[in-house]
Amino acid sequence: MTESYAPRDWSSQPPYLHPDYKSTVLRAPTRKLIPIRQSLSEVTGPVYGHDRLGALDADLTRNAVKGAEPIGERIVVTGRVLDEDGRPQPNMLIEIWQANAAGRYVHVVDQHPAPLDPNFLGGGRCVTDSEGRYKFYTIKPGAYPWGNHHNAWRPAHIHFSLFGPSLSTRLVTQMYFPGDPLLPFDPIYMGTPADCRELLISRFMLELTEPSFALGYEFDFVLRGRRQTPIE
Amino acid sequence: MSKLRQTPSQTVGPFFAYALTPEQYGYDFASIAGGVLAEGDVPGERIRIEGRVLDGKGDVVPDAMIEIWQADGQGRYAHPADPRGSNIAFKGFGRVGTGTDPESRFIFDTIKPGPVDGQQAPHINVIVFMRGLLLHAYTRIYFSDEAEANARDPVLASVPAERRRTLIAIRDEKSDGAIYRLDIHMQGPSETVFFDV
Repeated sequence: MTESYAPRDWSSQPPYLHPDYKSTVLRAPTRKLIPIRQSLSEVTGPVYGHDRLGALDADLTRNAVKGAEPIGERIVVTGRVLDEDGRPQPNMLIEIWQANAAGRYVHVVDQHPAPLDPNFLGGGRCVTDSEGRYKFYTIKPGAYPWGNHHNAWRPAHIHFSLFGPSLSTRLVTQMYFPGDPLLPFDPIYMGTPADCRELLISRFMLELTEPSFALGYEFDFVLRGRRQTPIE
Repeated sequence: MSKLRQTPSQTVGPFFAYALTPEQYGYDFASIAGGVLAEGDVPGERIRIEGRVLDGKGDVVPDAMIEIWQADGQGRYAHPADPRGSNIAFKGFGRVGTGTDPESRFIFDTIKPGPVDGQQAPHINVIVFMRGLLLHAYTRIYFSDEAEANARDPVLASVPAERRRTLIAIRDEKSDGAIYRLDIHMQGPSETVFFDV
């Protein structure tokens, strides 16, 4: 029997239309989603393992160095990928991208007049180990202004992309930092249901902090669980 | 045992390209996937899939990211849950941004998937991401030259008849292979059917 996946918990997800985040207004689907009965098409998905990783892919403090170290505060971001039943998800690809310490993205479309860092790309990837653990070294990203409304600033965040074990477990999200004063003013973060917003905030952990090197932050991901109903 | 809450989704934002589609956009970082799915001598009919993403005003979206996941020419997925195995040379996953084509199209060079089971018509699974989408949206691409199989497909049957055309790419014969075209409309009278997968 092939397993299928538990439904998406809509109570933990942001709505498509969240008018405070202006780009949703013309881009959010307006019709009700049509439920699909899971078939082989939904319980399979792209599989990427260690063979696709470069040696420095998980170390953003080194993977784009052109002669000097990137500017900014070094951090360790680590945690586990679990499903909603608490089961670790091993061998899962995680991709990340972020702004540099000054709040500037390498992306050519980013016109924020903060400096680029020639030694920092801001992109990385890794694969979870047998216990579902991942670990990145990076630079703490800066906040940056954006055009959503007057004096709008995105809180510091790191973007994460995970496939999980199937197409239905796909997750793209953002991790924020504890105590960021910009969070209550950010319509993207605030678009999340109130009782689930804290799931997007990493925890500072002295135990994960590497002495004289990097502050440690912990962030876990929870993907949809499995269920034993057979697929069609 | 009480369940953990599923991590909320957040938008992919406008600046994903240097990490998720770096080679397509010219960044110095290896891509895990791109718009070319069929390389070498993978068996199957070579096809191109192309289309645009349009917002509620009908404006073309130049900062979307489209992922596709499909079976091989024999209808088999390259994934452990498919016990049949698949062509080793065909991974079945593609990912492109709409920001490099002059017409902001997504373009995939792939093979036409075979039927995956005894019920569903040949199809390609699609995930749409963009700034302004707090949660990605799932849709499918079916093929206009599979009318008989489409008529029996249980997923298409679950879609109101007048909206099915939003899922069916139109085949255009070219000397070097067929092109299938399908635009993705986020809103409006032709709003694409999105699924709760």
